[in-house]
Amino acid sequence: MTSEVVIKADKLTKRFGDFIATNEVTFEVYVGEIFGFLGANGAGKTTAMKMLCGLSKPSSGNATIAGFDIYKQTEEIKKNIGYMSQKFSLYEDLTVIENIQFFGGIYGLSDKQLKAKSNELIETLGLQNEAKKLVTSLPLGWKQKLAFSVAVIHEPKIVFLDEPTGGVDPVTRRQFWDLIYSAADRGITIFVTTHYMDEAEYCNRVSIMVDGVIRALDTPANLKRQYSATLMDEVFYELARGAKRKSD
Amino acid sequence: MADVVLNNIVKTYNKGEVKAVNNVSFEVNKGELFGLIGADGAGKTSIFRILTTLLLPNSGTASVNGFDVVKDYKAIRKNVGYMPGKFSLYQDLSVEENLNFFATVFNTTVTENYDLVKNIYVQLEPFKNRRSGKLSGGMKQKLALCCALIHRPTVLFLDEPTTGVDAVSRREFWEMLKGLKQQGITILVSTPYMDEATLCERIALIQNGSIMSIDTPDEIVKQFPENLFAVRADNMSRLLNMLRSNKQIKSCFSFGDFHHITFQDDNELSQNKLIQTLQEARFKDIELKHITPTIEDCFIKLMN
Repeated sequence: MTSEVVIKADKLTKRFGDFIATNEVTFEVYVGEIFGFLGANGAGKTTAMKMLCGLSKPSSGNATIAGFDIYKQTEEIKKNIGYMSQKFSLYEDLTVIENIQFFGGIYGLSDKQLKAKSNELIETLGLQNEAKKLVTSLPLGWKQKLAFSVAVIHEPKIVFLDEPTGGVDPVTRRQFWDLIYSAADRGITIFVTTHYMDEAEYCNRVSIMVDGVIRALDTPANLKRQYSATLMDEVFYELARGAKRKSD
Repeated sequence: MADVVLNNIVKTYNKGEVKAVNNVSFEVNKGELFGLIGADGAGKTSIFRILTTLLLPNSGTASVNGFDVVKDYKAIRKNVGYMPGKFSLYQDLSVEENLNFFATVFNTTVTENYDLVKNIYVQLEPFKNRRSGKLSGGMKQKLALCCALIHRPTVLFLDEPTTGVDAVSRREFWEMLKGLKQQGITILVSTPYMDEATLCERIALIQNGSIMSIDTPDEIVKQFPENLFAVRADNMSRLLNMLRSNKQIKSCFSFGDFHHITFQDDNELSQNKLIQTLQEARFKDIELKHITPTIEDCFIKLMN
């Protein structure tokens, strides 16, 4: 982790009619940092993430992602980020190798790079026997590990992970975090949401959003000190229990 | 007396290629809050669908309230409440219409059983004219629970009611379950969140279609076969790598701000030796302490 800023959000706001989904959100994320983006259901996390990925135009405020402006340079942003969510990440009716080649192709890898990357990926994940099987036949944990590897296949500056470990067994969940650590060590910035509060502890810093506003942002250790808590769960509960908005 | 009984239930898919439920047997007692704890793909939903007579087992027998799930499916359907993992109410009916619909289907009225759902329904009442498809996640969940309860079921089946729900709403949901239990309803609930296991009276830990352990959460914790230690230092990711490659260490998993470890040779000497090794490797703020395992520690142990 360095002090070089890779995500800079300044009073980022999104309105839907009278409803302010994300309200003047300001924060910075550093290169190689694992940044936990926490909040209750309906706090505005997904809306904020969509803006940061260049998929949704803000109503007001500014942000730069890897140095690119989220109003004018959305295509540049998309080339420099990776994205994975629990809901959709891979094509279930393509094989493991086809998925790797498809996403690698989309991210602009050359045939030569693709071939090398595919082999490397299949070997690191131990998927040699599954390479030609449809993704739908893989256990969830394997799918999630593959999805993550595909999301960083082009060595992006930042990878956005939306609840990547939901429903995954405890051992695989930890293997997944090994992949996150190793990507962060390579200098990829990790922007991650989760409902598992133990995973909040694995982040360098976390922000907690409540009703469209960032209510707290610091290292887990500092947050626990500030709220006189022994676990991040208690910090989260303290901040989020007063939430007025509860939706998805 | 047991309200739910499973004997050697087997369920396979794709002509036997996928074994979803592998010889599963357990019982849920009358009035008990019983948790089925396991990850996605463990076989939880198949078990729920067999017990609610929506899926036929390949072999084995099961009964609910003494009725056989194959022969007496009609009687079971009248008596049980089922909240599937996926939101399954009518999205284009309002909150009130959904509740009335389910009451009518079960030959009863909302008024007759209102006391059972009252505490939950009052939170929905301000939105009673809203279409259920337009409700927020937490509200949908509450409405689904009301609809599953409105005919006063003897057994309530809740399949992953808290998946994807934030930590605050999860706590609220478990408070609601406690209230229902006090009304004498037998509850079988599944969850992938290991921390929710301690809120159940008894639990079954399930992985790859097989039950690994069934008992009270306290007993499962007591059966953990080794001494478990928590360790932390200034650089947790370097510490994790070091512990994993250290021959003294038998197992090591990260748990929030600590790593949980067991020793190959479990004695005081090992502990001192580890601290010494860590000091030599220039770790700072080293902390090592003996701890009581969590259900998640037990689950990981049983998986290996």
